[in-house]
Amino acid sequence: MKKFEIRLAGTGGQGVILASVILAEAAGVYEGWYAVQTQSYGPEARGGASRADVILADGPILYPKCRKLDLLVGLSQQAIDKYLPDLKHRGLAIIDEFYVRECPHPQTVCLPLSRTAREKLGRELFTNILTLGAIAKITGLVSLESLKKAVSSRVPKQYLDLNTRALEAGWELGAGVKSNPFSA
Amino acid sequence: MRQLLSGNEACAIGAIRAGVRFFAGYPITPSTEIAEYLARELPRVGGTFIQMEDEIGSICCMNGATAAGLKAMTATSGPGFSLMQEGIGYSVMAELPCIIVNVMRGGPATGTPTRTSQADVMQARYGTHGDHPIVALCPWSVRECFDLTVEAVNISERLRIPVIVLMDEIVGHMREVVELPEEVKLWQPAKPKPVREEYYHYDDTNNYDAAIASFGEGYRIHLTGLTHRKDGFPTDEPEIIKWNLDRLRAKIEDNRSWLWDLDYQDLGSETVIVCYGSAARSAMEAKHQVELKTGRRIGILRLRMLWPFPSQRLIGLLRSARRVIVPEMNQGQLYREVERTVNLNVSVVSVQRYDGEMLTPEEIVAAI
Repeated sequence: MKKFEIRLAGTGGQGVILASVILAEAAGVYEGWYAVQTQSYGPEARGGASRADVILADGPILYPKCRKLDLLVGLSQQAIDKYLPDLKHRGLAIIDEFYVRECPHPQTVCLPLSRTAREKLGRELFTNILTLGAIAKITGLVSLESLKKAVSSRVPKQYLDLNTRALEAGWELGAGVKSNPFSA
Repeated sequence: MRQLLSGNEACAIGAIRAGVRFFAGYPITPSTEIAEYLARELPRVGGTFIQMEDEIGSICCMNGATAAGLKAMTATSGPGFSLMQEGIGYSVMAELPCIIVNVMRGGPATGTPTRTSQADVMQARYGTHGDHPIVALCPWSVRECFDLTVEAVNISERLRIPVIVLMDEIVGHMREVVELPEEVKLWQPAKPKPVREEYYHYDDTNNYDAAIASFGEGYRIHLTGLTHRKDGFPTDEPEIIKWNLDRLRAKIEDNRSWLWDLDYQDLGSETVIVCYGSAARSAMEAKHQVELKTGRRIGILRLRMLWPFPSQRLIGLLRSARRVIVPEMNQGQLYREVERTVNLNVSVVSVQRYDGEMLTPEEIVAAI
């Protein structure tokens, strides 16, 4: 069975849970994958560690949590420190250059995710959606079109345009990344 | 239509499809999304959503709506479920069909709001006082959150009994891709109710499978939590007390054959896993792992209905088992039910996890 275990992790308020829902919806509803999304977070609305897992497979998924990650996306240093041990040796880490200072993993892609969101879209709030664009381009797991469809059903109408641009900006960032375990 | 839904959303959708038109509740993690969904969607189908001051108010409010003839529901988690126990007893005694969803989190007290647990299995059975039957259903997937909520509505209407849907944080918050049916099968009474001159709210013909009058229809109805005669008025005559409790018991005893709901594979095996809820997902994966590695078949028996506990069926289904493994996210609540059901020469192993994390397949493999 083909199976990809993906974890998005950061600080509460960064939107990693919404991003994981959109990723699972894009892959599961629009591209036919079996998809399961789960999350783990503390009782706070903001701050505290937040983590969301997405498993994509070509068959039914039973245990819904990730164990050996193919992809770890870290939007905070704490997230990387905590979850790097779960990443497969051949797995890929995608990190934000500002919030993550250190990521001792051979396959690490360091991108200006939050900075690009601020500079191109005016607010860091769009980092999560922008990150999805980058994930799609780098891994090839979902198409930009499917992500756009999923985003349109999950964000408020008046912000759809900005979120679509966030996806595209992330896709462009991802285009600059040369080789990685997913392209092999 | 393929959709990505959480278990909580699927439960709320199932409730609306099954005809639930009233929700009274007080939001609590990890069940809040059920209230959130119904607050938005119930008014669109002509239903009513009320956020009450607390869970005691919620269950009483729901009981009232049920007495007025609506299919009604509430959703909560451990702390709220504790507060509801008195009201659940009233639902049982007054024979008010209603649905209580408990999306389990860790306890006791406020415990672990955002963590998972299966520790309310016994509270679902014995939480309210007195001898009484109860029905509790336990889904393991998003699709089953939908299916079992519909089933809960049907059973509650048919038996005039509150039905508990015992979900847990994993099942409630997990999202899966599902295709839900547009139409669901709903239970309907076969015969209309008698004319009001001949109607008694609790007579020997309407304990279950019967059309029941509601307040506002012109029938004489009296509801009380006290032991009552067939017209609903209180009494403490010994033979009527016994008649009351026998009547409640008969709801389950007379209907066991169609009530029981379980699923199984490879029960001829020496080792069988008895499981339920989200822990059953790990159990199923553990079965596959062991079979792949050793070639040895492992049986699995998954309970979709925890209460009434299917003792007689288990005796038959587990007769060739030598070892029974019961994985749970608690300190072995259903394990004891299984242990007292199977033969003395069968060893029953309790696999427990209660640190707020989901039981892993590897932990179950280690016990096999």
